[in-house]
Amino acid sequence: MCTNIVAPTAIRGAGRGERGWFKMNTALVSYDHPIEMRDEHALNIDFISDVVGERVAVEMDATSARALAAAITEALRLAEEADALV
Amino acid sequence: MPYRTDDQETIVAETVTITGHNGDQIRAFYARPSGSGPRPGVVLIHHAPGWDDWYKEATFRFARRGYAAITPNLYERLGHGTVEDVMVLMRAAGGVPDVQVVGDVVASAKYLKAQPSNGKVGVIGSCSGGRHAYLCATQSDEFAAVVDLWGGGVVMKPEDLNDKRPVAPIDLTPSLKIPLLGIFGNEDRGPSPEQVNQHEEALKAQGKQYEFHRYDGAGHGFFYYDRPAYRQEQAVDGWNKTWAFFEQHLA
Repeated sequence: MCTNIVAPTAIRGAGRGERGWFKMNTALVSYDHPIEMRDEHALNIDFISDVVGERVAVEMDATSARALAAAITEALRLAEEADALV
Repeated sequence: MPYRTDDQETIVAETVTITGHNGDQIRAFYARPSGSGPRPGVVLIHHAPGWDDWYKEATFRFARRGYAAITPNLYERLGHGTVEDVMVLMRAAGGVPDVQVVGDVVASAKYLKAQPSNGKVGVIGSCSGGRHAYLCATQSDEFAAVVDLWGGGVVMKPEDLNDKRPVAPIDLTPSLKIPLLGIFGNEDRGPSPEQVNQHEEALKAQGKQYEFHRYDGAGHGFFYYDRPAYRQEQAVDGWNKTWAFFEQHLA
């Protein structure tokens, strides 16, 4: 099924796409049909800019996505603890 | 009709520009046998991943069966890039409005009728396109038959309605005036077998002309030969039912 589940998030960062590095401004998080994975649904993140084609795409299963979210949170917690967060 | 080995086939297939919803110029892939016609037409409504190879190949397939077939690019207004890039633009936009899709598909039917046509045009779509096909069939008089391939979101919860999808297609069932063929996988979760039951009950209660075929061992998108969801036996049977249905109602 097409879930139409999309959660866009504004971000400031850089990504390395097909044509090299670019400034990305949005992480488009969706849970829908993946392109490459063979699963029917996946957690997809498209890091994009306003330029069509500037894009870094990742797809993973739900378990991996939860683990990734936890790892990001943990890294930020450690950074905060080390007083390294600016 | 299946081809004979002594047929001399010439298919013309090309990207054309048509006037879509709101007067917008949109691209469409148009394929038909060469020659003067007249011939029946079919509009193919692409699925959520976009105006992709599968849809263009399916359009070509209809042409080889003797139809003038067209598939409009429903994501034209979002911009251009690879199919994947455009799908991401669609996701970022939160989908395309139903009213715009219906407008583009009706415009495609009118385009076919302006060519050497027998005046009969069918409409077929899969996934989100199956839902759109049902919307078109219930909101326009341009079509003579409709095929819904596992259309998700025909049955919708009130909280899922929004500006772009303001009406649950099942609620438009009273307006359906043409025969409907529905093809579904029993392992699909959108539409689930329960939702297909609900749709069938509505059709039955209102005395509509329809036939539903539900396949065991198949889930969502089982015609897509480039995806793991492909189920050869069920897909071949589903295609045969589609050919027979359109031949019966569009010839």
